[in-house]
Amino acid sequence: MEPLRPSDHIDADALAAERAAERDDQEASGDARGASAAIAQPALGAVGWLRFAWRQLTSMRTALVLLLLLAVAAIPGSLVPQRSADPNGVVQYREDNPELFDILDTLQVFDTYTSVWFSAIYLLLFVSLIGCIIPRTLHHARALRSAPPKTPARLGRLVGYRTMDAPATVEQALDAAHAELRRRRYRVARYGDSLSAERGYLRETGNLVFHMALVGVLATIGFAGGFAYNGQKVLVQDQTFVNQLTSYDSFNPGRFFDDARLDAYGIRLDEFSAEYGLDQTTGIVQPLDFTAAVTVTENGEQRERVIKVNEPIDLAGTRLYLLGNGFAPVVTVRDAAGEVVFSEPVAFLPQDANLTSLGIIKVPDGLDEQLGMIGFFYPSALPLESGALTSIYPEPDQPVLTLNAFTGDLGLDDGVPRNAYALDTDDLEQITGGDTGTDSLVLGLGQSADLPNGIGSVEFTALPRFVSVDIHHDPTQAGVLVSSLLILGGLVVSLWVPRRRMWVTATATDDGVRLQYAGLARGDDPGLEQAVADLADAHSQRLAPTLES
Amino acid sequence: MENLVAYSLVAVYSAMGVYTVAFILFTLDLAKRSVAATDAASAAPAEAAAVASSSSATVTAASGSSATVTAASGAGSASGVATTIERPVTAAASALSTDGPVGATRFQKAAVALAALGWLLHLAAVLTRGVAAERVPWANMFEFGLTATAVGMGTFLGALLWKDVRYLGAYISGFTLLALGIVTVNFYVDVVPLPPALQSGWLVIHVLVAVLATGFFAIGAGLSIMQLLRSRAAASKAEGLRFVQTLPGASALESLAYRVNVVGFVFWTFTLIAGAIWAERAWGRYWGWDTKEVWTFIIWTLFAGYIHARATRGWRGDRSAWLAIIGFGAVIFNYTVVNLFFKGLHAYSGL
Repeated sequence: MEPLRPSDHIDADALAAERAAERDDQEASGDARGASAAIAQPALGAVGWLRFAWRQLTSMRTALVLLLLLAVAAIPGSLVPQRSADPNGVVQYREDNPELFDILDTLQVFDTYTSVWFSAIYLLLFVSLIGCIIPRTLHHARALRSAPPKTPARLGRLVGYRTMDAPATVEQALDAAHAELRRRRYRVARYGDSLSAERGYLRETGNLVFHMALVGVLATIGFAGGFAYNGQKVLVQDQTFVNQLTSYDSFNPGRFFDDARLDAYGIRLDEFSAEYGLDQTTGIVQPLDFTAAVTVTENGEQRERVIKVNEPIDLAGTRLYLLGNGFAPVVTVRDAAGEVVFSEPVAFLPQDANLTSLGIIKVPDGLDEQLGMIGFFYPSALPLESGALTSIYPEPDQPVLTLNAFTGDLGLDDGVPRNAYALDTDDLEQITGGDTGTDSLVLGLGQSADLPNGIGSVEFTALPRFVSVDIHHDPTQAGVLVSSLLILGGLVVSLWVPRRRMWVTATATDDGVRLQYAGLARGDDPGLEQAVADLADAHSQRLAPTLES
Repeated sequence: MENLVAYSLVAVYSAMGVYTVAFILFTLDLAKRSVAATDAASAAPAEAAAVASSSSATVTAASGSSATVTAASGAGSASGVATTIERPVTAAASALSTDGPVGATRFQKAAVALAALGWLLHLAAVLTRGVAAERVPWANMFEFGLTATAVGMGTFLGALLWKDVRYLGAYISGFTLLALGIVTVNFYVDVVPLPPALQSGWLVIHVLVAVLATGFFAIGAGLSIMQLLRSRAAASKAEGLRFVQTLPGASALESLAYRVNVVGFVFWTFTLIAGAIWAERAWGRYWGWDTKEVWTFIIWTLFAGYIHARATRGWRGDRSAWLAIIGFGAVIFNYTVVNLFFKGLHAYSGL
């Protein structure tokens, strides 16, 4: 039985021609089966139109156009930053191109891969795909249980046609051919004085597995993806993170997430160490290794673990990744009377390979006015000719902190969430650095300096490290992995297992038997002609002993 | 160490020198072929008939069989008609190419020998680079380009053992020369240790298979270009490039291109899966629509489209060839423009 194909599949023509030939044969041999093969054309009522639309959707051409559309539709998402992969990039884009941003945002270009138009294309593609594979699967299941089709009347038109005379009887010749075909793993049926054989059903099986596994990937993500969640946490040395929703710096829940799903565990950063290599000739610093030593508390037990890049750890159904690191200088602010009003580590975000870092310190309480500071941190500071500082190495060989201070309303009290890593200076008064006439505060580790106007003082107290940890729970992984391996396996089988038919007919002659051989490829099969020749050769070898006897 | 890096560069420049000569000879061969093309074309059908009739008396090859298949598979489309018409020439050309290439000139042997010599130098450059770096020689853009072109050239030379595709020599040697020149002059970086994100066994597997896929796609694109030239020449009456007439027929080129491209596609599928597994470990998710991931996906979709096009009526022939060429164009785009100008996590160009 034929693999079922959409009507515009390249094989469909060959099939139609062959069916016509079969019908000729059946009419000639008086076979009644031919009547059921006639195709009834449906009148186009409502059902007819639906059927027509469905045929169109499941045709090869539609699938092909949708595939190419999908490729084109994926391009915009690589041209502009995506909210999912690069949220800061999106913010930056908005600042740089405010007008274009609004247009593109209306078109959902910043969320290309969840946009209506992208989703529409892949959903249509998958509907088309499912509409194709369901009937094909049913058909293939029947084909696996049925005998190869009748031998066509005119083998001469088929691939690799050849004839051979042998001094044997028809029965002897066909028995030998049968054995040879079986040895070559063909399924063989006898029709009169001919054999019809077919092999390579695995090709269609592989093809179906490939396509089903694609649906499997999508279905897994669609269903299990809703239970996924991930969050980020900046963890400063000696601080402990407790796995609960409020502890995360940012959190992205799936649709079906509820916070009862977060298993209680704690994790403390004991030590972070970085290793760098310095190229002596170029002066370029290369990171070699990042290692975070942590203590995990789970069910009352404490364990020491190590997280590295490429080596995440698994904890209570979540996986923890080391994705970033930096310095978190401890800044102590005292009021005019010398009372400590602020003293805590503040994570400074690295700006370059030598970890020149930018940080924001907000002191809302304890002083007459709220105090905000924009700080730069240089692990290995070196003054440039211009007087500005730069960092020449990412390790803290010569740590220096510079601070520009602002006073005024930090905007923390009006209930609007504020970015902890940005300071809106519009309504603030700058008191050090810039055009103030007062130099920026420059502090080495352990040093302190007075703030202008007798507000108080600032001290660079300590220099712990921080790591940024991603915590993921992704129940789609197993399903997607299995589907992916099936995709690969199905692809290999469907491309390289040849599906072919082979026919052998035997006609008695005066001095023996005249044999005819021919083959037919189902799908791409460059080796078919050779296969027919090999079969004929092997067959004549088998008949050789008959010759001698 | 320092010496090895220098030797590697010397080997690269030597390979480029040898490739240059090979490229000139391959091109001369094509040019000279065109002179002989008309003679060969008129002689071909007669020789093909001779080949057919020289088969043994008991086993007779059916000369009509291949024509039947072509007619059945391509009927209804313009390209199909063209294919059918030129099929006898195809049979002649392929029959001849097993005995000796059509119109091949004395330049060809020397060209292949030089390409092989150039490749040995090229391979030496790759190996010394790897030894000097004490790791796989494909951890930045320069090394990827160096290794991928070596694999592409190696695939071409290997393919010669299987099929006579020497007519691709000018394309492959020209492309390799150009690519080597660009990566050496513009993308060169010294040997540096691997950053933590690249310290993984997946670097060996994921990138190696991507390199292999790129090599196969390069050859496939070359065959598709030849196919387009061939089918244009068959369709138009105007005198085009005359060496084109010495090529195998468009449908033979198409099926050869297909067989090469599907190998590339399987490798690409593997690259994508291996990359996803690695991304999960290194970045915490197996798929995040990073710019490089997007383009890997686009390329995969284009070649999936190509495979479907080959099975869709009206898309076989020229259209599917264009898809293969566009697909390879996207591979090059992914390697150059996406690496250099798009912001993403695959920031390993070293530049």
